[in-house]
Amino acid sequence: MEKFNSIVVGLLIALIIGVFLSPFASSFPDGLERVAEDKGFIKSAVDSGFPSLIADYTFPGVENEKLATSLAGFIGVIVTFVAAIAVGKAVARKESR
Amino acid sequence: MHIPDGFLDTKTWVSAMGISSASVGYGIKKLKQEFDYKKIPLMGVIAAFIFAAQMINFPVAGGTSGHLIGALLAAAIMGPFSAMIIMSTILIIQCFIFLDGGVTALGANILNMGIIATWGGYCIYRLLDKENALHPFALFVGAWVSVVISALAASIELAVSGTIPFSVVIPAMLFWHAIIGIGEGIITVFVISYVKKVKPEMLENGGNGNGEV
Repeated sequence: MEKFNSIVVGLLIALIIGVFLSPFASSFPDGLERVAEDKGFIKSAVDSGFPSLIADYTFPGVENEKLATSLAGFIGVIVTFVAAIAVGKAVARKESR
Repeated sequence: MHIPDGFLDTKTWVSAMGISSASVGYGIKKLKQEFDYKKIPLMGVIAAFIFAAQMINFPVAGGTSGHLIGALLAAAIMGPFSAMIIMSTILIIQCFIFLDGGVTALGANILNMGIIATWGGYCIYRLLDKENALHPFALFVGAWVSVVISALAASIELAVSGTIPFSVVIPAMLFWHAIIGIGEGIITVFVISYVKKVKPEMLENGGNGNGEV
């Protein structure tokens, strides 16, 4: 039971950050983007053309920008949690089960 | 520091993809010998937390922002092999679901933020904290180094690609990431201190923690 609680608390903290804090993140360019702008190679960036579900952490079809980011954060945290558990199961030492 | 498509030439991204695949493959082989089943839920939580924290860009100076990478955070709690796998999982999700980081640049992004940041940061951390006791100073310096060395790797890839000369990109990238790395250090120390306070058994052997959660 205690084990269950810690995992739930940890996941809740991640969700709170991903859902409630993410809309307030700075929209300034990050270090690499800043250098690319300053040094004039930002134009080299191209769209991979890869069909994405939630490009740039903005859930499609949601007009409210903050809500679109929150939804993206919610989905990202859950997908990452599930994916990392699946990866953990795939790589764990078999005898330790 | 997610490199988009178009910044790297073919030889560079293919090489980076090759080095990343080999490193991650080796990491998986190591985990299959030592990774305990009971650590799986913790792996999920740490990955979810790092994903969320990476969304939170904090302003640094002069209209520039940075965000946590989390490689040393993962390595200090779970060990460097797990950290490589956690970081790779996050970067793959960011690439394909959120278009954060290019598809061709995925190997380079895994190399920089998943492998070089993890090992660079972890080596410095263990050098300063031989007992692996999660000493705040060692964590701070290790986290700072993880960001700066990752930025150096990205600069080298950009220069080798012919996107921008070495002499221009290296000082600029190191300047901004030396500042961003301070944020990485503060967040890493804060999060580990918090976990140590509320859930010390999870970290009882430092980076060799038993993973009881």
